[in-house]
Amino acid sequence: MAKSKLEEINRNIYDIKNKDDYEYKIKKGLTKEIVEEISKQKSDPEWMKELRLKALETYNKLKLPTWGPDISELNMDEIATYVRPKTKLNSSWEDVPEDIKNTFDKLGIPEAEKSSLAGVGAQYDSEVVYHSMKEELLSQGVIYTDMETAVREYPELVKKHFMKCVPVNDHKFVALHGAVWSGGSFVYVPKGVKVDIPLQSYFRLNSPESGQFEHTLIIVDEGASLHFIEGCSAPKYNKVNLHAGCVELYVKKNAYLRYSTIENWSKNMLNLNTKKAIVDEGGQVDWVSGSFGSKISMLYPMSILNGKNAKTEYTGISFAGGGQNLDNGFKVVHNAPNTSSVVNAKSISKNGGKCTYRSLVKITENAKNSKSSVSCESLMLDDFSISDTIPVNDIQTDEVEFSHEAKIGKISDKTIFYLMSRGISEEDAKAMIVRGFAYPISKELPVEYAVEMNNLINLELEGAIG
Amino acid sequence: MGSKLLEIKNLNVSAEDKQILKGIDLTINKGEIHVIMGPNGSGKTTTANAILNNPNYTKTGGTIIFNEEDITNLKTDEIARKGVFMSFQLPEEIPGISVTNFLKYAKNKVTGEPVKIFQFKEELKQYMESLNMNPNNIERSLNVGFSGGEKKKNEILQMLVLNPKLAILDETDSGLDVDAIRTVSKGIEMFKNENNAVLIITHNTKILRSLEVDYVHVLVDGKIVKTGTSELAKEIEENGYSKYKK
Repeated sequence: MAKSKLEEINRNIYDIKNKDDYEYKIKKGLTKEIVEEISKQKSDPEWMKELRLKALETYNKLKLPTWGPDISELNMDEIATYVRPKTKLNSSWEDVPEDIKNTFDKLGIPEAEKSSLAGVGAQYDSEVVYHSMKEELLSQGVIYTDMETAVREYPELVKKHFMKCVPVNDHKFVALHGAVWSGGSFVYVPKGVKVDIPLQSYFRLNSPESGQFEHTLIIVDEGASLHFIEGCSAPKYNKVNLHAGCVELYVKKNAYLRYSTIENWSKNMLNLNTKKAIVDEGGQVDWVSGSFGSKISMLYPMSILNGKNAKTEYTGISFAGGGQNLDNGFKVVHNAPNTSSVVNAKSISKNGGKCTYRSLVKITENAKNSKSSVSCESLMLDDFSISDTIPVNDIQTDEVEFSHEAKIGKISDKTIFYLMSRGISEEDAKAMIVRGFAYPISKELPVEYAVEMNNLINLELEGAIG
Repeated sequence: MGSKLLEIKNLNVSAEDKQILKGIDLTINKGEIHVIMGPNGSGKTTTANAILNNPNYTKTGGTIIFNEEDITNLKTDEIARKGVFMSFQLPEEIPGISVTNFLKYAKNKVTGEPVKIFQFKEELKQYMESLNMNPNNIERSLNVGFSGGEKKKNEILQMLVLNPKLAILDETDSGLDVDAIRTVSKGIEMFKNENNAVLIITHNTKILRSLEVDYVHVLVDGKIVKTGTSELAKEIEENGYSKYKK
């Protein structure tokens, strides 16, 4: 029988390990000397160097979180925080070295760029190796570049926003990020400009026992709109890798930003990422998030609705297999009247994997006539997987509409029998149920990414039966 | 009448450690419509589930031969691919999978051939018109939020699309109003030909008024206690099952 497109995939594309062939890899550990060396390597302006050193001090003062998954296995003495690949930033794939280009080819990035993206950034270990954007966006004044270039070329804009949305002392791993950040993307969409086709940055971590600390800063100015897609993956090594990126989003008056993520880090990755958006009057930020990889993930994107009529939606799915502990969720602060938030979170766990939905809904006294509706649903594929929901709701005014709904379920034998009675094998029936469960998320993604997400689901379900 | 399609010999089935079927014999030839009637708890649904080898039911004896092949211990999906279909009393809801995509997928599995999309959609449209189904339903998630009647019609739609050799209809008529029952009968008539067969499982006789059936079997306490023609159904409609109960 002809295999459908969805079946013709294998894990190999994510697992390709290139030789750990770098131009420069900083020695492992985290000291003032190392941070100064990174700063020197990157020719930071003075303010950035100071920010890094201050962040390091903060890092040393802050304690590990006392809640959530156990991350005590992380030993910063064993992590190289900066790995520069053997190439400069290129604007043509032809100039990207063969092995790196091959990796991105297999991940389908140049192909997607041709067919469905307005711009692409590709980061390999600590540096962005490729960046490109369509001419017409350039002429409309859209800026899309790597973070280092932005620091050099748009110092005012960057300085005004860099780590202002996510302050360095937010938590220990933000402080770490501030000290050693490298790479990432900067986007500025000028007033009134609607970017119809998505921009995408892809982050690939190849080097073992290293960390990726990319910084993404996006400003969507008044009345403008943008869809930004972030993809991440890494091959699996036996030792721990660390990802502590930071995403700061500024959505100005009546602007719209959709931020989509497909994360498929390898299962030795600690993903301690921080993402926040500040939304002004009438603005809207929508998060779409698929979390498949990582050994441990602690990821809670946050929307701060600061202007009246600001809106946010979060649509996310986590899929934890054996040995994975995905502690994901969403935080929202309603800080102005008539603001609204809609959360639709789903999780799937199998083979002893653990998914936790951890959330915060805070509605301040200012936020009269606001609405918040939260729905979270979990699906466990066997009896020894774990699913948990830990919501915190802090509602300081009565004049709100708030609802929270949580459902935890299993695939029922009856449903499997029903599908099997239509000629569908047990394995395919389970995959179909899971794909259907994930559909509200995948339908929010551009079709190529929805296909990738279904591929990932099928990958995760391979061999799950029996 | 045609050649033998299904032959059940001395079938014994238990569920949750309780013996439910106690030696059933049933032969269905191609071109026939059979009816199994019986009071609640007599083992009607168990019979249907046992033919499709639902793992929640344990066969403790007997064999099931379908198209000259022993299917007693095959997996449910294998049995379905050999051409057995069951319309469920309570069809399952599958969120996120549209009726079209589901049917396309199942048709591909059952026929083992790629489904020609245009032709398939055309076929689907025609069947839905005949069954008085809301054409918008095909883009909805399978059975999610469907009314009882819509679910049952959707089962008949699946039967028409998958075109099995044997269709088992488990209480497809129950809970339906007169119009819906007529539609279901119409679906069965559209499906029926001399090379396939239908096994209707029901506890009432309404559907039998608009269908010509060949055999009626009365199932009581896990045994077929009487086999007859549609006359038998009429008799039961008048007198109930008390005569057949011990």
